[in-house]
Amino acid sequence: MKYTEEHEWLRVEGDHVVVGITEHAATQLGDVVFVELPELETQVATGDEVVVIESVKAASDILAPVDGEVVEVNEELASNPGLVNEDPTGRAWFFKLKVEDLSVLDQFMDEDEYADLIG
Amino acid sequence: MWCRDSGLTERGDPMADLQRLPLHDLHVEHGARMVPFAGWEMPVQFEGVMAEHLHTRAKAGLFDVSHMGQVLLKPRTDMATLAAEFEALMPVSVAALAEGRQRYGLLTNDQGGIRDDLMFANRGDHFYVVVNAGCKDADIAHLTAHLGDQVRPVTDRALLALQGPRAEDALAQLVPAVATMRFMDVLTADTLFGPLWISRSGYTGEDGFEISVPFGGAEGLARALLAMDEVAPIGLGARDSLRLEAGLCLYGHDIDEHTTPVEAGLTWAIQKSRRGGGFAGDARILRELSDGSERLRVGLLPEGRAPMREGVALFAADGTPVGTVTSGGFGPSVGAPVAMGYVAAAHAAVGTPLFGEVRGKRLPVTVAALPFIPASYKR
Repeated sequence: MKYTEEHEWLRVEGDHVVVGITEHAATQLGDVVFVELPELETQVATGDEVVVIESVKAASDILAPVDGEVVEVNEELASNPGLVNEDPTGRAWFFKLKVEDLSVLDQFMDEDEYADLIG
Repeated sequence: MWCRDSGLTERGDPMADLQRLPLHDLHVEHGARMVPFAGWEMPVQFEGVMAEHLHTRAKAGLFDVSHMGQVLLKPRTDMATLAAEFEALMPVSVAALAEGRQRYGLLTNDQGGIRDDLMFANRGDHFYVVVNAGCKDADIAHLTAHLGDQVRPVTDRALLALQGPRAEDALAQLVPAVATMRFMDVLTADTLFGPLWISRSGYTGEDGFEISVPFGGAEGLARALLAMDEVAPIGLGARDSLRLEAGLCLYGHDIDEHTTPVEAGLTWAIQKSRRGGGFAGDARILRELSDGSERLRVGLLPEGRAPMREGVALFAADGTPVGTVTSGGFGPSVGAPVAMGYVAAAHAAVGTPLFGEVRGKRLPVTVAALPFIPASYKR
């Protein structure tokens, strides 16, 4: 598992990257009440706003961590947004990106480095 | 992940130069997340906004609202004269308020806009006033400009609110007399926490109390209440979702110096005896009372699950801009997004279909009656 400074986790599945938010991020957000997922086959560039998460407190975005194509989205989050709080690093993945070269993930933090970031 | 309106990563020290609540350490001990609000370091949540909101509607929630302004108005000569002076600042009857009773008031400006909304009580030989934290300094200056040294800010008391269907049971264990109070009654009770100034009112739509307590007794009172099974600490986050479901205005958002009481749908606060004028902004307010206002505050129910928050633009079915959302979010008791906003009077009827623009998309929303959750005051 890799981690971004924007509190996303990235997991490799074949040539796809699965993207979610960390437990820390989910806790900071509070109760999630709405998730807006991207369209399938959307081409995204690093930093694009891909997902909108609305909690009871605020709206947040998940930004694309790398360039790629959205190949799968977690439809369960549309009907059950609270899953983001219940199981942020498991069942509450948001989308899967097809990327050309998985070595782009090398730039991101590993678990220990992320633990240092959030103190 | 990037937060649009509440940063996950803090820059600098946002807590610098903030005032601390007398119960600060107690909040931290109960797991509060503290945030800056109106110049104070305030608990925004404890267990979580959703759980705290639902707990308050089911049992009893304890809120620390000590950031709000408490002010005494002590008559220079007599209460009737002071009441008349106070009435010049508000379209609300002060003179007719009986001893031991509390009322909702609105300080207006000369253009008919709202300087602040407040609660005031007749306590026999003086009035007790509670104003919003963000307006406190301006209110005290304004009151003092008109009432002089009759205005005495209270600087040695905390303010707690205990709200919810079990609030009476809980508080009566410490102050039995509260069981006899009706909605908007006030009383003073001598307790081991010092003299408490209690009103049967609040900002959640639930039955409950607001309790002014001397600093020295505040922690003891809060601990005694929190030790009861039915009482949980509640943060500002749930306070906001509770008042939104109850259709209550948040100053600076749903009402401000550019909105009039008529536009805000607060005409119920203007008693018949005041509809002849004699208060700041009376020309416009009386005109709107008789002719109606150009826009009105309404409830709004978004159709989908996406919340419509403050600032969302509202459109009629034909695409005409008709207004703006002033407060919005998810209503935990409603189980869906809820909002309030101002729309042109022609589009303000309950049931009117409108559209709210959220992230570039126009989503359906319907004008709805307020409150979203019926009030359960003990009348």
